[in-house]
Amino acid sequence: MNSPRSRRLTVAAICSVILATGFIFRPEPSSPAPAVPADRLLINAAGATFPYPIYSKWFAEYHKLHQDLEINYQSIGSGGGIRQLQAGTIDFGASDMPLKDEQLNGFKDKPLHFPTVLGAVVPTYNIPGVTADLKFTQKALAAIYMGKITKWNDPEIAKANPGVQLPGDDIVVVHRSDGSGTTFIWTDFLSKVDADWRAKIGSNTSVNWPVGLGGKGNEGVSGLVEQTPDSVGYVELIYAIQNHLRYGLVQNAAGAFLKASLEGVTAAAAGAANNMPADFRVSITNAPGKTAYPISSFTYLLIPQTISDTAKRDAITGFLRWMVTDGQKYTEALAYAPLPKEVAAKEMKQISEIK
Amino acid sequence: MTPHPGRRGWARAFVTRLRSGDEIAHLITWAFAASVFLITCLLLYELWDKSALPRHKFGWFFLLTRAWDPVAEQFGALPFIYGTLVTSALGMLIAVPLGVGAAIFLAELAPPRISDALSFVIELLAAVPSVIYGVIGIFIMVPFLRKYVEPHLKATFGYLPLFKGPMMGVGFLAAGVVLAVMIVPFILSISREVLLAVPIDQREAALALGATKWESTWKVVVPYARTGIMGSVFLALARALGETMAVTMVIGGAPQISASLFAPGYSIAAVIADQLAEATSDMYYQALIELGLVLFLVTIIINTLARILILTTAGRGTAH
Repeated sequence: MNSPRSRRLTVAAICSVILATGFIFRPEPSSPAPAVPADRLLINAAGATFPYPIYSKWFAEYHKLHQDLEINYQSIGSGGGIRQLQAGTIDFGASDMPLKDEQLNGFKDKPLHFPTVLGAVVPTYNIPGVTADLKFTQKALAAIYMGKITKWNDPEIAKANPGVQLPGDDIVVVHRSDGSGTTFIWTDFLSKVDADWRAKIGSNTSVNWPVGLGGKGNEGVSGLVEQTPDSVGYVELIYAIQNHLRYGLVQNAAGAFLKASLEGVTAAAAGAANNMPADFRVSITNAPGKTAYPISSFTYLLIPQTISDTAKRDAITGFLRWMVTDGQKYTEALAYAPLPKEVAAKEMKQISEIK
Repeated sequence: MTPHPGRRGWARAFVTRLRSGDEIAHLITWAFAASVFLITCLLLYELWDKSALPRHKFGWFFLLTRAWDPVAEQFGALPFIYGTLVTSALGMLIAVPLGVGAAIFLAELAPPRISDALSFVIELLAAVPSVIYGVIGIFIMVPFLRKYVEPHLKATFGYLPLFKGPMMGVGFLAAGVVLAVMIVPFILSISREVLLAVPIDQREAALALGATKWESTWKVVVPYARTGIMGSVFLALARALGETMAVTMVIGGAPQISASLFAPGYSIAAVIADQLAEATSDMYYQALIELGLVLFLVTIIINTLARILILTTAGRGTAH
């Protein structure tokens, strides 16, 4: 009775009973319970974290205007947004960098890029005894991050900052350790201004850094810079403004030294607008124009070209129209640079391409 | 209508056992145990399956190369394996003597009231979320290390390659110290319980033979509790190998292999946490998943080695 065989039989019997009841009591396939009331439309989106504050403001404001529409945005990062859009689990995505050709080829239905706001990245530093705003030439920034300039009193830094008493100490270079759109903008700028950087390092959300230590997030980088004497790092302009960080001036394509400001960032986008490709996949770092801040970039919404659900299509195109016009007035309160008029006008045309 | 008489008897016996709960308990606990195994297998399968691209492109070189270049899509796990092992080893080096020593004091030498109060505090420590350790690490411990500890280490042991190079606070040393603080409660708490569970007659026998209090503790009680103490050490090691948040915040985020403990490094868990969200290309994403697979295997290998170590040295214990 207690032989292993009978025991196994018992187990098998009970297993089959459990399985059978599982089948019998399987819930009847009924119509799926609506997550929102029937008269409400829910749109899911996901992607970049950098524009999350303005996106959530926009979606909330737009919801006030259109009570029947709710846009749910998850800031899971650009990479996640692109992947989920590709898998079709969300209605639209968001990315801090334009998709490369090979990424676009991975889509059955290639998404359209809609620039939403602009971001900028600034160099922040901590040199004991130096209170003046430092000026960074393009060459100096690239050389510091390449590890070619290792001392603060290097002639390349000193010649741009006459009258500033620079120490002869080693520069501690700080970069982001996490993948980030901020790093993309920064390395994209360095790639444009330095051939060596372009050839050896390139640009991405994370790169193979030749020197330095990494901090997690803007707060990690600024924390390290604040704590470590003789260090230099880079953070988002918004973060620097909100936390009153000291940041340096950067030389732009016209040779002028600019302290980053929202106007300078918008000017960079306007400067680049003239020869902007139709699909908006363009880098505006080192843009022409005396007033253009050189380390600026668009952040994008990625919208599928064909949306078969007409209610969703109307809702999304409606939101986009509002976003490039009325929505832009919310940007500056949250320290984002608004789109230049030229770009907004071009986007209005692209909205009609969504079928 | 009446089948086999044996069968009928079997059915009756089965019903009896069902009533008394034996069979149900057996089945349910068996299913629970099996599910643990099943989850492990599924985890391994998913990690293997989702990392096909880099596995095919780099093969075994993934484990042996240092490149981590998302632009050129060249990926190697070596700096991350190194960082994981070095920080865990450093953490264990600090935490094991500290934890076991404190456990001996609390279990054997301290008055029971102090022992109970202290162990309550220690268990609280184990419940602190790791991000808190990370924040304290980056804002209090890292500046402290840079200003006081690292200059002293450099002045005293500067001739060793371990303590050379610029002192930046963040790096292997910082990660090792944070890990040590995080895993001490595990070692201490479990070791204390194990030591307290050693039968009183073991101690009495030693004392009766003329041993001093310390001799009976060190030569009789501790060896008796050896297996349990080792268990606590393994648990701590597993925690150290996989710890993510606190390490990410203080390790310095630079995938490099440096003999110096002052240098910034990277661990496997830290790089996954840092870079997965913004890994835009498939190869990059899957390389991070493959790192997860590597961490899984590293943990298995380390645990196996540690177990072998115990088995081979088990005979040396005085009591078993």
